[in-house]
Amino acid sequence: MKVTEKDVSYVADLANLELAAEERGRMVRDLNSILDYIDRLNELDTSNIAPMAQVADCYAMDNAKNGSDRFAYASRDDVLEGLRKSLPHEDALANAPQADGTFFTVPKVIER
Amino acid sequence: MEISTLTIEAARSAVATGKITATVLAESFYDKIQNEDSQIGAFLTLSKERAIDAASRIDKLAADGKPLPPLAGVPVAIKDVMVTRGVRTTAGSKMLENYIPPYDCTAVARLEQAGAVVLGKTNCDEFAMGSSNENSAFHPVHNPHDISRVPGGSSGGSAAAVAAGMAVVALGSDTGGSIRQPASFCGVVGLMPTYGRVSRYGLIAFASSLDHIGPLTRTVKDAAIVLTAIAGRDPMDSTSANVPVPDYVGELEKPVRGLKIGVAEEYLGEGLDRAVRKAVEAALQKLASLGCEVVPVSLPHTAYAIPAYYIVATAEASSNLARFDGVRYGYRARDASTLSDMYRRTRDEGFGAEVKRRIMLGTYALSAGYYDAYYLKAQKVRTLLTRDFEEAFRKVDVIVTPTSPTPAFKLGEKANDPLAMYLADIYTVTADLAGIPGISIPCGETREKLPIGLQILGRHFDEATILRLAHAYERAVAA
Repeated sequence: MKVTEKDVSYVADLANLELAAEERGRMVRDLNSILDYIDRLNELDTSNIAPMAQVADCYAMDNAKNGSDRFAYASRDDVLEGLRKSLPHEDALANAPQADGTFFTVPKVIER
Repeated sequence: MEISTLTIEAARSAVATGKITATVLAESFYDKIQNEDSQIGAFLTLSKERAIDAASRIDKLAADGKPLPPLAGVPVAIKDVMVTRGVRTTAGSKMLENYIPPYDCTAVARLEQAGAVVLGKTNCDEFAMGSSNENSAFHPVHNPHDISRVPGGSSGGSAAAVAAGMAVVALGSDTGGSIRQPASFCGVVGLMPTYGRVSRYGLIAFASSLDHIGPLTRTVKDAAIVLTAIAGRDPMDSTSANVPVPDYVGELEKPVRGLKIGVAEEYLGEGLDRAVRKAVEAALQKLASLGCEVVPVSLPHTAYAIPAYYIVATAEASSNLARFDGVRYGYRARDASTLSDMYRRTRDEGFGAEVKRRIMLGTYALSAGYYDAYYLKAQKVRTLLTRDFEEAFRKVDVIVTPTSPTPAFKLGEKANDPLAMYLADIYTVTADLAGIPGISIPCGETREKLPIGLQILGRHFDEATILRLAHAYERAVAA
């Protein structure tokens, strides 16, 4: 088994998930079964292969230019109200579970 | 007027000639939804006020004798992962059960600008994660061809709505097959455009290097009309490509004689249902009879697509879904005593089992000590899969495969086996990873009358060719 209950607790911490005790057991089982299948990737020698992070790496760019200039069409001026107006304050707060009219409010921040 | 088989052109022309008003047309669709959707479960939210507003605007144009836009009065359904201003958008999740977006998704706005009438938001797997629509936090969707079976997923509500005649067309999203696989299961057309072809502004992000928006329709021509309306550069999405949009409808009528069709044995191997294989073979014969040349090609890394996909997609999802923290919008757990406790319980209570499983897998794959072994490895395999297609497309114009290895399965059949569910996408994830376009079209049915889908894959930004071939096939079969 690759993933232990301890790993699941550690990763759940990283992901800010509580996970009930019974969920943890099931998670250990599911992750191990999926990772066993994923291990078949190791059958491939990829030592000389570059990773592909984005489809856009390989198409639709201005190849006459270098580096990030190839994506120049995707940039815009850094201005306060550029492509659209900012949301009105009350619209931005409208979906908040808790707000005081000016700010989002949250429970006290205490070091874990 | 029979509304359940309407195409875009038929609906538009009925409105244009005054046979029916857009308002009455929308009302008849709402009547149908009211009467029939309790069996299917395709819709989560109806946007009646917005629809009647849009329909009235079209009726006014028509009454004034003004020119009508290409989708004038056409009733459409929108997968509930695309935000709609003032209309609840849930992503199929309890996390967003009461979320009312303050802005519109570009694809939806463009459809409305083209005259479409948005009937409502369709059910889907939570955050588009699933292949059966059973991961919706609200209720499952039933396949209109057999209500004991799933409609596919994650755009199951969109596919079922079109198949059942509760919308003329629908928008879906595709990250690993979520437009094409449900199209196949429900017997409709589903098009995933090239990565970057359609803006994702306002699409609730699942995996940003894989997410696409595209149409589900009853005909290939309708898919071409919708794509023409929604495609093209959008300054609000920096990943939308700066590539001109051709006249996809005009391109449909060009001849298909002489097109080279690649067939890869990797897509016809173990696990392929016999009836599906037979239907795909028959379709290839039909295409050959239209003057296309069928050429064997090899896509040798296909078997590694699902494992690579489930690392890349979950890693990106774990990052994208970090925003759901109970602060700015969405669900918040009650009575948490600290901020950290609030985050953890909000996410535990707000997300369903599959979403949590994917966040965990993605976080694990990105965590210190595992990044190289999983994430980087998967990104390198993604390069190999993309090269497979580049090689093949040097020899052929399109590649034809089954869309899914099986027809629609029963509700509950794979619900407790995540890996078996993932394998339902085995023929579709490759195109998402490579960023190439793909379309699923109906190509017959099984003995139990379940639809079978044929997938046509094309080169980057060559939607015109896959649409043209799909259109020729559709017409040849109907003749």
